[in-house]
Amino acid sequence: MQNTKVLVPSGVLGLGFDNNAFENGLKLSPDIISIDGGSTDSGPFSLGTGTSKYSRSSIKSEWKTLMIGRAKLNIPLIIGSCGTCGTNNMVDWMEEITIEIATELNQKLKIAKLYCEISKKELKKKFKNKQIYQLDPPVLLNEDKIDRMAHIVALAGAEQIQNALKTDADIILAGRTTDTAIISALPLMKGANLGSSWHGAKVAECGALCSTDPTSGVVMIEFDKNGFIVFPTSKNAKCTPYTVSAHMLYENSDPFKLYEPGGYMDVSEATYKALDYKKVIVTGAKWFKDKNYFVKLEGAQISGYQTSSLILIRDKKYVNNIEKWTSKLKKFLCKEINKRMSLSLKDYNLQFRHIGKNATLGDLENKKNELTEVGVLCIVTANKHDISIEITKLINPFLLHYPLSDNEELPTFAFPFSPVHADRGALYEFSLNHKLKLKDPMSIFTIKLNEI
Amino acid sequence: MKFKMKALGTLVKNIRSKNAGPYWVTIDVFCKNKKSFAEISNKLNIDLLSRAFKIKKNKIKTFQIHNLNVLKISFPRSLVQGHMEDRDMHGAQYSLILSEMNI
Repeated sequence: MQNTKVLVPSGVLGLGFDNNAFENGLKLSPDIISIDGGSTDSGPFSLGTGTSKYSRSSIKSEWKTLMIGRAKLNIPLIIGSCGTCGTNNMVDWMEEITIEIATELNQKLKIAKLYCEISKKELKKKFKNKQIYQLDPPVLLNEDKIDRMAHIVALAGAEQIQNALKTDADIILAGRTTDTAIISALPLMKGANLGSSWHGAKVAECGALCSTDPTSGVVMIEFDKNGFIVFPTSKNAKCTPYTVSAHMLYENSDPFKLYEPGGYMDVSEATYKALDYKKVIVTGAKWFKDKNYFVKLEGAQISGYQTSSLILIRDKKYVNNIEKWTSKLKKFLCKEINKRMSLSLKDYNLQFRHIGKNATLGDLENKKNELTEVGVLCIVTANKHDISIEITKLINPFLLHYPLSDNEELPTFAFPFSPVHADRGALYEFSLNHKLKLKDPMSIFTIKLNEI
Repeated sequence: MKFKMKALGTLVKNIRSKNAGPYWVTIDVFCKNKKSFAEISNKLNIDLLSRAFKIKKNKIKTFQIHNLNVLKISFPRSLVQGHMEDRDMHGAQYSLILSEMNI
């Protein structure tokens, strides 16, 4: 077989990459350009709302560069997990951006869209049919909970992307996919080594993070039937056996195994060798096919409505007694909320975080330095939007003036904003840590074509 | 001769932590050489990790990656990422608990 060359411009679209490095990559005649468009890293909001965490202008400007590069070589360009979360509306959003750019550039294109969202009705059916299996740690699932979910996506693997590639589309816009599948799909289709196709994909999925210069973004990865070769295309960056093997650890809870739709790869016997000053050759990863075909699920639902207030305290007496002050204040506020709104602590959640003291690590913090000032972040979460705001407004005068002891002049703290509260709207939470068994890998996924 | 306690961060190449999906945190301790890797792996035992991160012992997984002199520690987050009481979405600050620890 001929080797398969995959050009990965960056770890995610929207993060930026070195344009010269991308041009260098194009000169090496890649067979495909693959880039990730999403992740769950920033939390459940994106999936809950079906929105992108990156700005449309960043996405458009980087995607335009990639579309120009693609057209020069007439090779496929693929993006996975469109719009951060990979919901159906985000695939359409990416298509809208693609059409806008194509019009500006006067490009004729065949676009394939891979949709990965599952309806609640469908998920309930799978749940009843016992096709859904828990992953570790276990997360409760029942029909009521499914009813409350805002969006549910299944992570597509190589099989679904290969079907999109077989349409001969110029551009593939995929909903939620695993980070690796958009890279491994083509080499696997062309007969490259199974284990190494996944291993190489994992190494390259964050772009140049597997090199000495992560910000340069672009890496080239060449797969064949024995293994893969990886290197950054930026002039100054290089891959070493150390940078490449260390990347296998990155954001993986297990450093040797990686589960993917259809099986898992094991790199415990992989070997990494320097080919020259910037290229590394890797062999020895193994692929173990599962008896059944599973895809991982992700879901998000509203878990409440949040309002936050920030007050700044510089008065030494209060700074030194900040825990005592907020705990006394909290008791007082709970009574007032009960008296004025007839609500008890089971109806809402009230938190005070002490910025400057332990707001980052909470009760895991073990440093006790002398503080100059403290920011008190007050967070109210309630199951109704208006109640969350109402509680925050009720609290407001006490955040400003509440005294530490009874016999003292009322203090006045610093409010940096007017209004003091920020309405954070709906709070989302991840609601699935499960995998779904499928007889036919395509059964819940849909491919649609559009020629423009 | 008495050995002085030193912050772990000064004894290693790097310590980093990161969310591994919404339900896990993983910490990588990159040691300088084989000898220090063996010593640090020995010191950072499950008892110590369980106390430092307030996680049940049987929930903590450790891996020794010998060719890199790396100790990897993974555990389920006590609060799922983005929970109303979660403080660190990416879990990247957890590494400081180890790097500032005197061993």
